[in-house]
Amino acid sequence: MLEIGSSFSLAISLIGSLDPDLVEIVSLSLRVSLSAVGVALVLGLPLGAAIAMGNFKGRLSLIVVSNALMGLPPVVVGLLVYLALSRSGPLGVLGLLYTPWAMIIAQVVLITPIVVALTREIIEQLHGEYAEYFASLVLSHPRRVGTLLWEGRFSLVTVCLAGFGRAIAEVGAVMVVGGNIDHLTRVMTTAIALETSKGDLELALALGIVLMLLALSVNAVIALIRPADSPGASAVTVR
Amino acid sequence: MSRSVCYAFPLILILGWPTTALADQVSIIVQSTTSTANSGLYDHLLPRFEKEHAIVVHVVPVGTGQAIRNAMRGDADVLLVHAKAAEERFIQQGYGVTRFDLMYNDFVLVGPSADPARVLGAHGVTQALSRITASGVLFASRGDDSGTHQAELSLWRRAKIDPAAASGTWYRETGSGMGATLNAAVGMGAYTLSDRATWVSFKNKGGFRVLFEGDPSLFNQYGIILVNPARHAHVKAQAGQKFINWMISDEGQAQIAAYRRNGQQLFFPNAVR
Repeated sequence: MLEIGSSFSLAISLIGSLDPDLVEIVSLSLRVSLSAVGVALVLGLPLGAAIAMGNFKGRLSLIVVSNALMGLPPVVVGLLVYLALSRSGPLGVLGLLYTPWAMIIAQVVLITPIVVALTREIIEQLHGEYAEYFASLVLSHPRRVGTLLWEGRFSLVTVCLAGFGRAIAEVGAVMVVGGNIDHLTRVMTTAIALETSKGDLELALALGIVLMLLALSVNAVIALIRPADSPGASAVTVR
Repeated sequence: MSRSVCYAFPLILILGWPTTALADQVSIIVQSTTSTANSGLYDHLLPRFEKEHAIVVHVVPVGTGQAIRNAMRGDADVLLVHAKAAEERFIQQGYGVTRFDLMYNDFVLVGPSADPARVLGAHGVTQALSRITASGVLFASRGDDSGTHQAELSLWRRAKIDPAAASGTWYRETGSGMGATLNAAVGMGAYTLSDRATWVSFKNKGGFRVLFEGDPSLFNQYGIILVNPARHAHVKAQAGQKFINWMISDEGQAQIAAYRRNGQQLFFPNAVR
């Protein structure tokens, strides 16, 4: 218990002194994970909505697959992306391995299924509610998708947060494809793993506390942006 | 609005990525054993090297086995590891150019201070391992094909003991790095083999100490190798060779010798030029 107390004060002094290494690691964590969330949303929102509103063969299989992929182990994603980006792999010529780009790619693979599956769930429900409305209007399919995504925007924020939470917290994928290189690809989670392996449990835990505070602030900012009485607001939980 | 925020932020972040700043400098990737990285040796050496040469060194700290496999796939310019037999195979198979001895230290057998297997005072590492086996006290093995794991296996062979048969009972293969294995050993009161550098700089010793050391077979040699550009055309041979040349130069060797942790020298330079 002594460790937890001293880790707290260490965490606070790290934040208070704006330790340059810590600032670098935190900002890389944020940039990588927010970028990954951004790309995953661009890919996942339309795809999830299309599955929700579509009526095509194989729809059920797509739902099952996207739900199952939510459980992808990060280290497996890391391994697959490593094999693809390795110099001996199909995308090796790009030279992306051991760069932040590789980490973004891995996290996109990791969280896009989450965005697809949760978006599908939300939009499917809304689609039922709007079925009559749509029937009374002549709307093109993309317009319907757009309308539902807009109407579901507050619930979809939770999707953002779920993806961000998964991305910022994982270590398996970024460790393999980023290599935990100091001043280049070291993020919060790989730094925690490193300090643990050095036996510096106090510092490792302090970094963990900083990571939790970071997730808390991101969630708090989102909660402030969104009007409190908006539909779906109750779904916001501080992760 | 929230959705547009969700979209806009990350895209700005992606677009604003500072790739150009890094593009001007030559950088090399060194696949390195964890012991050198975790002990802080690179934090001591690299700023000195980088100041003299406009080359940024990116160290990927992994176990020797993984480092060699990554280098075979071309994901490195330089390899710095400690498993001579595996390194020579690497060269023979054409993956590396030349292997240089770089430095050495030694392995130590650590365990609980109470020393339940009475390893303290054993005559030779073979006897120490036999005593652990006979006592039934736990032994934590890396089990990850690292340099330390390969050294440990050769010690068991020398002692004519087959620990694999006892895997899961008194012989516990953690399948992880030296630090994680030390944490596990401390947690379960097991003996383990560690390189001295990792042990000295390790902070969670939890009442453990070195119980056996000094046997000649505990010698731990580090080597440095340039990945063969004939095999992988993208290898930055010039920059990589500059780094190797510096490491085995008088200055590099003196810097290795000068690095201390808790007042102890961790690595002893022995490059032959």
